[in-house]
Amino acid sequence: MKAPDTQSAWKQAIQAGLLGGTIGVLLSLVGMVLAFSGRWIINNVFTMGQVIFLAPILLMAYSVIRRTTPQTTQKTILTGLLTGLSGGVVLAILLVIGRLINLQAMFINASKALYGVLTFGKEFAVGILILISISTIVGGLAGAIFILPQRVRTAVIQGLLWVTLVGLLRDLIITVTNRWGPLAGLFRALFASSGLTIIGAVIVFALIAGIYYWRAGQPAGRASIFDLSSSSKQRPIVRWLTIGGIILILLLLPPILGVFFSNILDKVMMYVLMGLGLNIVVGFAGLLDLGYVAFFAIGAYTMGVLTSPEMNANPLTYWQALPFAVIACVIAGVVLGLPVLKMRGDYLAIVTLGFGEIVRLLALSDWLRPWFGGSQGIQLIAQPRLGNEVLNSQQELYYLFLIGVGIVAFIAWRLRDSRIGRTWMALREDEDVAIAMGINHVTTKLMAFATGALFSGVAGTIFAAQLQSVYPHSMNFLVSINVLSLIIIGGMGSIPGVFVGALVLIGLPELLREFAEFQYLVYGALLMAMMLIRPEGLWPEARRRLELHESMEPAVAVHPESGAATEQPGT
Amino acid sequence: MLRTWRQRITLTDVVVWVIGLAIAVMVVIGSIKTIALGKYNVVTWIDLIITGLALGGVYALIALGYTLVYGILRMINFAHSEVFMSGPLTAAFAADALRTAGWWNTYPILSLLIVILVSAGVASSIALLLERIAYRPLRNAPRLVPLITAIGASFFLQYAFRGFFGSSLKGYPEMNIFQGFWMIGGIRIFRTQATVIIGAFILMLILYAIVQRTKIGKAMRSVSEDKEAAALMGINVDRTIATTFAIGGAAAGIAGILYLLLFPVASFSMGFFPGLKAFTAAVLGGIGNVPGAFLGAMLLGLLESVGPSLFLDGLGIPAAYQLKDAIAFTILVFILIFRPSGILGERLTQTKA
Repeated sequence: MKAPDTQSAWKQAIQAGLLGGTIGVLLSLVGMVLAFSGRWIINNVFTMGQVIFLAPILLMAYSVIRRTTPQTTQKTILTGLLTGLSGGVVLAILLVIGRLINLQAMFINASKALYGVLTFGKEFAVGILILISISTIVGGLAGAIFILPQRVRTAVIQGLLWVTLVGLLRDLIITVTNRWGPLAGLFRALFASSGLTIIGAVIVFALIAGIYYWRAGQPAGRASIFDLSSSSKQRPIVRWLTIGGIILILLLLPPILGVFFSNILDKVMMYVLMGLGLNIVVGFAGLLDLGYVAFFAIGAYTMGVLTSPEMNANPLTYWQALPFAVIACVIAGVVLGLPVLKMRGDYLAIVTLGFGEIVRLLALSDWLRPWFGGSQGIQLIAQPRLGNEVLNSQQELYYLFLIGVGIVAFIAWRLRDSRIGRTWMALREDEDVAIAMGINHVTTKLMAFATGALFSGVAGTIFAAQLQSVYPHSMNFLVSINVLSLIIIGGMGSIPGVFVGALVLIGLPELLREFAEFQYLVYGALLMAMMLIRPEGLWPEARRRLELHESMEPAVAVHPESGAATEQPGT
Repeated sequence: MLRTWRQRITLTDVVVWVIGLAIAVMVVIGSIKTIALGKYNVVTWIDLIITGLALGGVYALIALGYTLVYGILRMINFAHSEVFMSGPLTAAFAADALRTAGWWNTYPILSLLIVILVSAGVASSIALLLERIAYRPLRNAPRLVPLITAIGASFFLQYAFRGFFGSSLKGYPEMNIFQGFWMIGGIRIFRTQATVIIGAFILMLILYAIVQRTKIGKAMRSVSEDKEAAALMGINVDRTIATTFAIGGAAAGIAGILYLLLFPVASFSMGFFPGLKAFTAAVLGGIGNVPGAFLGAMLLGLLESVGPSLFLDGLGIPAAYQLKDAIAFTILVFILIFRPSGILGERLTQTKA
């Protein structure tokens, strides 16, 4: 009985290794490995590029060990080593093929430079040996991590993740801390010209691992001071202090971070604004809207048409035009909402997608050029004024965004627990039952569309004011996908999730130039992985989690391996 | 009596009908004006119709993939447009290699067969992988979950292919045998367009025969009726669904080659618009219905190519051809509102639609 069991465990290890290696090959051919090969995580030790092609092997080794649960320490390490070996062989096969035929005629990234990264800069034969042995060691490392006790294991894994993250974001951290006077020297000591120094890495690792080790020893529940949604058990004073602290930090961010980061923050805030709106439509009411950019466009264009002297003989100011833009968006929301009331799920998604494209195509067409400027767009849009002060710098606009986000987040938060919020969720969970219970689905759905449109429209007006111009090209389908991705990854229906999603999905590509090129590749992979592994999102809403896990449990339990197969490391 | 009548017709219906009627009136006025003005002669109209039919042929083959998958899983395979893109983009490299080898014009039929095999093979394997990795684990999940997965898969595939092959446009070499035109009954018709129309028609017939006449077709139809019952009758449901994806993918791959005959440029973003339009065609004809997909696609191709000149020119809209995509999407929106079951479709219950 024992023999075939272990045999199948070895077989699984080899399969997992082959899969991990294949993912590594795909990531190499897509260009991610090469793009990140210049970024040292620990200076002169290893780069992000190497992390990207070795991480799948590490992950596969870890997951295969967790699945087969070998009985002895020896077997655990051996399983890891075997997985690593087979993964390394797959990568080596790519190198051999690349040497025999010119892959670059087809795959633009299969260049000498890529082979150089994969062979660690050594010659072909030596490089292949090094590649296979390092990959084997990495697999064995997964086994070694697994045999540690639970508390140490978590600490080690978190430590490794944080070292990678900190090393990756070296430029960002240096730029920010340079403004902090005496603290700047401290941070600069940790980093080399690229990535962390070895000592810096050890310090970061020890710090993070220490914190996680210490926290695991604390009684449960201590770690949740940031969890605003479930803080009813805590004393209100703690809660208000937390909220106050967050607000203070948000207010102080531009002076702390500087101009460059204020620009990024503006973009993040704009997406938070849209995300909060789409969160109501998709997250609360369960209506999948793929044409959400249409409302953003309507807000921006209304602002443009009303305030630009190009389009309008007597232009309004920003504040005068704002109510009109808001009203136009609400009307557009209702106009879209009315015909699609009877549709559900897939069809609704496609119709809204069509609606978004129609709006863009109309704005682009020569037919409406006299009103909307065609492909030239609209320029000279008014910027908001406060007294005599024109809000035109990125830092001033940040505060405008912050006020907008604050108001909208408050409205969204109150709406969620209001009567209308509960009817939205009832509709989301079961439309027929909700209607049978006497919910008026017409007004409820229209309210969702109108509120979502309003929030997006406000984001559009600030966007127009920020750039002082609007173009039909900035209103494409990808914007809708950005917003959808961020609320799904943050957690559908969860308000803090919108902030988390926007920071990760919008902020990160701005900070890491290399990453921007693979933005949509990673979004797509994340959307798939999220739905397969954790459909409730990173910061889930309590009710949503219950709802999803009720019906998801069997499906996930049957195919645990398919989820791991689509997971994309290096994000 | 009056009360029930008033209850049945709500404000929503009135608004929707008014919008629909307004558009119908505009279409009629535009058409009459265009014809009365005599802006275009008969030859131009025939050219536009043939262009529309050729487009329709391509849409029909892509629409087949949407329709088969919807029929069997009641799910829109949003990533099908990228399945369509994957085939011709890869095949363009094969075509390049064949041209450098000198086979392209010396053995045109063989070269074409190779290119079609490559395209159909790649598209079919991508569709199979998609089903296995992304859709199969989610078969019993809430409706939004597979749809979002499909959107994610669509973006993943699109940008993965961009990463593999670069973002530049990939030219597809033209073949000497398809240069020029044939005269059929006094009508001048480009060889490429004739090939596309005939090829698409024959392929649709073959695929229809597969669904209606073969054993696997029978299995597909029974799985689409009732998965549990089909499984009890000894049908391997998983394999049947995988076959459906493979057939849809192969059809999309061949559609890709026909598309390249019409527009000889391949790129990673070539899938989005044809995919969306093919979906429109599938809905127009009645989703889940193979002859419906063909009919809907031909109709959509015609409307898209003739429409701008016929309805919009008469209304005095400049550069009407810019709005051909908008016409397709407007048709999509209105079909879904007024007759979601399409032309030939069964009446879907609300939970299905």
